[in-house]
Amino acid sequence: MSEKVLMKGNEALAEAAIMAGCRHYFGYPITPQTEIAAYMAKRMPKIGGVFLQAESEIAAINMVIGGASTGRRVMTSSSSPGISLKSEGLSYLAGCDLPALVVNVQRGGPGLGGIQPSQSDYFHATRGAGHGDFHMIVLAPSSVQEMVNLTFKGFDLAEKYRMTCMILSDGTMGQMMEPVTLDMGEIQKYDKSWALTGTKGERKPRIINSLFLQPDELEKFNFARYERYKKIEENESIYEEYRMEDAEVCIVAFGVASRVSKNAIDKAREQGIKVGMIRPVTLWPFPKKRFEEAADKVRAFVSVELSMGQMIEDIELATRCRRPVLLCNRTGGMIPTVENVLEKIAEADKIGGTR
Amino acid sequence: MKVFEKPHALTDNVLHYCPGCTHGIIHRLVAEVIDELGIEGRTIGVASVGCSVMAYNYFNVDMVQAAHGRAPAVATGVKRTEPDNIVFTYQGDGDLAAIGTAEMVHSAARGENITIIFVNNAIYGMTGGQMAPTTLPGQVTQTSPYGRDVKTVGYPVKVCEMVSQLDGAAYIERVAVNNVKNVRNAKKAIKKAFEYQVEGKGFSLIELISSCPTNWGLTPSKALEWIDENMIPYYPLGVYKDKYADKEAGSDD
Repeated sequence: MSEKVLMKGNEALAEAAIMAGCRHYFGYPITPQTEIAAYMAKRMPKIGGVFLQAESEIAAINMVIGGASTGRRVMTSSSSPGISLKSEGLSYLAGCDLPALVVNVQRGGPGLGGIQPSQSDYFHATRGAGHGDFHMIVLAPSSVQEMVNLTFKGFDLAEKYRMTCMILSDGTMGQMMEPVTLDMGEIQKYDKSWALTGTKGERKPRIINSLFLQPDELEKFNFARYERYKKIEENESIYEEYRMEDAEVCIVAFGVASRVSKNAIDKAREQGIKVGMIRPVTLWPFPKKRFEEAADKVRAFVSVELSMGQMIEDIELATRCRRPVLLCNRTGGMIPTVENVLEKIAEADKIGGTR
Repeated sequence: MKVFEKPHALTDNVLHYCPGCTHGIIHRLVAEVIDELGIEGRTIGVASVGCSVMAYNYFNVDMVQAAHGRAPAVATGVKRTEPDNIVFTYQGDGDLAAIGTAEMVHSAARGENITIIFVNNAIYGMTGGQMAPTTLPGQVTQTSPYGRDVKTVGYPVKVCEMVSQLDGAAYIERVAVNNVKNVRNAKKAIKKAFEYQVEGKGFSLIELISSCPTNWGLTPSKALEWIDENMIPYYPLGVYKDKYADKEAGSDD
């Protein structure tokens, strides 16, 4: 399937998951991600897979835990309030070192919030997905094609590092239609000598567990897990640049915010402002090194977000606050306009800096 | 000459349970059934949270440890990805009838082809004896120090009575493990539940009325008597649902 087809983001993501070898989907209806479940309900029975509508988000993520325990490529998807409910399971997936793909098509919060696009689960995804010391790999698509590519990559990274990979999308990415190519190449195979498949009387029982009552033992596991995280930070961070060659102001945005920002950058360039963009594709690991370098060259950063300002903290941390970081944000389901971004670019351009 | 052996489906690990606790009996019964059905190599167990949290150390089969109450959902995920394997959960009353009510009820409603071993001792044992969803009216616990007052905290949950109402459930029975006769019946029930799964007959749940001498503040033998005097009158033993027995008897189910 190398020809282009016109697909809705959520459906493209679902098809990509199937192409990545996922045959078990467990989920619960919630706007604006329900198309993923609906697509899976239609497709899975036709290809010998399982679509199961769980009684709750909590049950769905625990079904994912059960499915992941047997070494299968399993997934669930939800939107912000549902992701809160999955938090317990995300912690257990980490504690049990199980691979899984979890999709969050974000909507406005807190509480029941709204059903319009949002990026306000950035903190949840990159810092506080549940109790205990752990991370998830967090991938942020900014086009329907990336919904496809990152889903395929997400399953691969999850298995490679035996951890949860989250696709942090938003209502815009989920609902919009774009032409996509579904040709994804080979599925990598990883060691599954931990999977529960029954001993067949041929080996010792395997145990998947996150309980360690001896503190030194638990500490050992946590340190080992963070050694793995360190490798991920070194090897797996992804970003895309736009017109950064001579940029003096650097926009930082992901998802739908990055699309608006591109238009704003083109307009600002017409006015002679040297502005570019670094778009993190992995939100965890955050592409810190690139920001360290950028801080040597640009006068200011502008974080464009659909939240009250969450990624801005990662920019400040990565650059150790060496340059001012301005915030251009809308929230509650509102999307920053090109004019909103242009205004902030102009403001940032007035900052003299120390170059 | 074979005198007495440990079931092969039990590991050699020393059980951590309190003296007089009936978890040991129930572990043994489950393991004997696994041996007798010859399913050890294709059984996957799901441990829950509570006193039996470390069940994964005792059964000689692949095991996964679930979050509090979530064992039936985890078991669903295991069974749906490994449909040829035999999947059971081992859960206590707090885990199954309080925090995990939804997961248990809906796995039954879906008719998941799994077996739930439900140990009801009317108290939260692991955390030191708090009121459980199955604590009897008037029963004194750490969090019902004046006795369970049904006017303010309501009534115990009768799991078998409730779950047997669901069309998805195939086999629901309540047994006890407080004397030889009851233990023998308990084993029969557990065996039938596993057999039903092997035959693809669907969801089964065996509730085992069990004792907690430590948190009941009774000697092990008095605790077994307490089951007869207090538990069984409130939780009558028997088959609450057998979809296939009904069929044989001519029901149109």
